[in-house]
Parts: sequence; C-alpha cells; structure tokens
Amino acid sequence: MTTFEKIQEIIVDQLDKEESEVQRSTNFREELEADSLDLFQIINDIEDEFDIKIESEEGLTTVDDLVKYVETQLEA
Amino acid sequence: MERVVITGLGAITPLGNSVEEFWEGIKTGTNGIAPLTKFDGEAINVHVAGEVKGFEAKSFMDRKLAKRMDPFSQYGVAAALEAMKDSGINLEEMNPERLGVMVGSGIGGLNAMQDQIIKMHEKGLDRVAPFFVPMAIGNMVAGNISIATGAKGPNLSIVTACASGNNSIGEAFRTIKHGYADAMLAGGSEASINEIGMSGFAALNALSTSEDPDAASTPFDKNRHGFVMGEGAGILVLESLTSALNRNAKIYGEITGYGATGDSFHMTAPSPDGSGAARAMKLAMEESGISSEEVNYINAHGTSTPANDVSETEAIKLALGEDAAKQVGISSTKSMTGHLLGGAGAIEAIVTVKALQEGILPPTINIKTPDEACDLDYIKDTAREMELTYGLNNSLGFGGHNAVTCFKKWEEQA
Repeated sequence: MTTFEKIQEIIVDQLDKEESEVQRSTNFREELEADSLDLFQIINDIEDEFDIKIESEEGLTTVDDLVKYVETQLEA
Repeated sequence: MERVVITGLGAITPLGNSVEEFWEGIKTGTNGIAPLTKFDGEAINVHVAGEVKGFEAKSFMDRKLAKRMDPFSQYGVAAALEAMKDSGINLEEMNPERLGVMVGSGIGGLNAMQDQIIKMHEKGLDRVAPFFVPMAIGNMVAGNISIATGAKGPNLSIVTACASGNNSIGEAFRTIKHGYADAMLAGGSEASINEIGMSGFAALNALSTSEDPDAASTPFDKNRHGFVMGEGAGILVLESLTSALNRNAKIYGEITGYGATGDSFHMTAPSPDGSGAARAMKLAMEESGISSEEVNYINAHGTSTPANDVSETEAIKLALGEDAAKQVGISSTKSMTGHLLGGAGAIEAIVTVKALQEGILPPTINIKTPDEACDLDYIKDTAREMELTYGLNNSLGFGGHNAVTCFKKWEEQA
C-alpha cells in the first residue's frame, strides 16, 4: 500500500466515506465534513500507522498535504 | 404537581435487543446467560456472562456516530431511540426544551478506558486518542442520547453504581412531577464485560465462578456464590399525564413513588439488617400513598451474592412488615439477565411496568436449593398470572446507594 492508500483508508474509516470521495486533492475539513474531533483522530491514526509525530495540524487541509507531510517525516 | 406515566420503552439486553424480545424472554423464564465470549476469563475463574448478542450499532444509528461511542453509549442510544419511537413523541409538536434526559451508568466507557490506558503504556503519553475522553466519561450516554433524539431539556447522568438506572428513573419522575420537564428519557446503560471490569469484580470475590450458565446466577438459592456480569441498557419515556393525554399517547403504567437513601455503613457490603433498603421502600410507598398490603410485586435487586439476597429479604420484611412480606410476589430477573450494574434498575423497571400491565409475575429461575434465610415467595421457576396493581423496583448499589421506584398499573379512565 502506498502512503496515500493508507491515509485514504484511515479517512474513509473515520468519516464513513467511499474511497472515491477521498482523493489527493480532497479538502477533508470542508468537503468531507470532518469536525475537530475527526481531524484529531485522523492525525492520531496516521501517527500510529506510520509511527511518526505530527506536531501541528496547521496547514494540513487536503489529503495531499497529509501525504506529503508523512513522506517528509519518513525520509527524515 | 403532575402525575407521571410511562409512554415508551426501549431495551438492549442479554435476552434480546428490543423490549418485545426482552419481555418475552423474561416471562417465559429464559436464561440469557451464556459462556463468556469477549475474552478468556480462565485466569480469574469467570466462565459465563450476560452478554448482549447480535448487536450492530449501525443498524440503530449512523455508522459514523456509532464509531464515536463506547459500547455503553451505543446501547443507551439504541434503547433511547426505540423508546422515543415507541412513545410516538414528535419534536415538531412537543417543545424539545421540555424533553429531558436522565441516564446513568455505573462505570461509563470502560472499554475506551482499557484500550487507551494500554495504548498509553505501549506507545507513550502523546499517543492517547482524542476520542478517549468523549468516549470514556460516564455522562456521555446522556449527551449522546440528547444528540440522537433532539432532547434539549434537563440533561444529567447519575452515578450510584448498581442503583444508577433506578435513581435516574426516580429523579426523572420528580423532574416531571415538579414541572421542570414534560417528558424525560430515563434509565441506565452499562458495558463493562471486559478484562479490567471483570477482573475488578472478581478481585472482590463478587462474581460467580460457575461454568454452568444454568447454575451461575442463582438468586435466593442456598448455594448462590456471586453475581454474573451482564450488559445492556434500558430506557423509559416518563411523561406528565397532562402531556400524554393531550397527545393521546399509549400509556404503559404510572410511576407513583420513589425512595432514595444511603446505608452509611460500608463501601461494598449492604447493611445486614436491610435498614437502608427498607427505608427506601417505605419512602416509595409513602409517596404513592399506599400501605404495604397494596404492593403485589417486588422486582428485587437479587444479585445472587450471599450478602445481598439475605439482607434484601430482611429489608423487605422490615419495610412491608412480616405479614405483607409473606404475601408479596418477589422475583430477581437477574437470574435470567445477569447483573447489568447501572443498567439493571432500568431494565428491571421495564419488567415491573410490563408485569403490572399484563398481570404476570415474572419468575426467578435457577433456585434449586431453597435457603432458610431467604423465606419469602420468590416466584420460583415459572411466571404466575395474577391481577396486579402496585409494584416496587429495588436497586441497591456499592456505596450503600438504595433506590426504589413504585409503579402502578394503568387503568383506562372513563
């Protein structure tokens, strides 16, 4: 599974959406109606999945932002 | 002062996930206790439980909402939605600010607590899930019921261990009686069949160690040796008689009295003379304006622990007097469901209301060897048909919390 696919799976599960609704360009706060609790939980699940620490959710608005953030952390 | 009636019922129980299945199981003396499946209890010598079976939260509520809840909230919300639907209350016609929620739990979100404390140990302080607090705190069943039903009136949770459900019903009764709400969703919910919950009660020597589901929860039997943990929820819609009549609601019964007392004795043991529970029964009869001879049925707390069943028997004699105590039909339906802790008083209130409505005294199953210290009429083995008017529902909790509610059969007024 690619980083995107893993993140997509986490979001699909948390927000009860279809995979087709969660694409790289998707703004998960606005397009997927994620509230602050969902957002914190998605970040918590991503931290568990990739064993990384996301210090702040600022600037993370699209799925692509999450993928790039995770990939940068994994390379570091 | 308003009279208060019951206009809706909802239940998730070891005997079925609707009031219809639950009541059918109770009146036919069906045992809902079965081998423990949620984890291996061998190390604590626990083998059976009253687990909820075949419950799928998403068949009662939105999957996304369900995912945000510990099972104790899921059970409570599912039962509340059944009770609301059953009541026929329509919040386009009733002011939502006059519909409240009073639903308690003995422990709260113990599954979320267990999972996240393990995660904290394994992965570190900074990995605890953001849903931990909203899933774990014991009031969240009431909060979630408000969100799921639209109830915007008084919204509270009462935490009195095994009396939580019955205290909630009693306090909701008073809330309506004194005019603070027109209707209340009242009851209790529990989901503590997990490693930490069962180990905790096992450490107190409070749980049955039987491997046989038919010899585990044996209230009033001489060889009783502990309770069987159950889980689930019961919710009643209590409503002012004025509101119920105005909207031509179906009425199951009336709640006429409530008594709440404290033992001031011991953290986990009941006072041996039964005086705390007896005072609660007397208060509930007094508020109902009845004498002890008028009580036809008592749904006992009847946990199947050595201490409870004998002290509760003493309490019934103390409250009703020896003669009336010998006349009244008493059952512990925990013989069929196990002990739902905070949910117990609520599902047993449903049993009491249905018993009065249908004129059926529900049985106590699993009494094989009578106990000379428990010498009243416990409706052994099979239900009995009888015209009934008043019934008491007893719940006695760790901490010495005693809650008794008094119900009356509803007679259609001419």
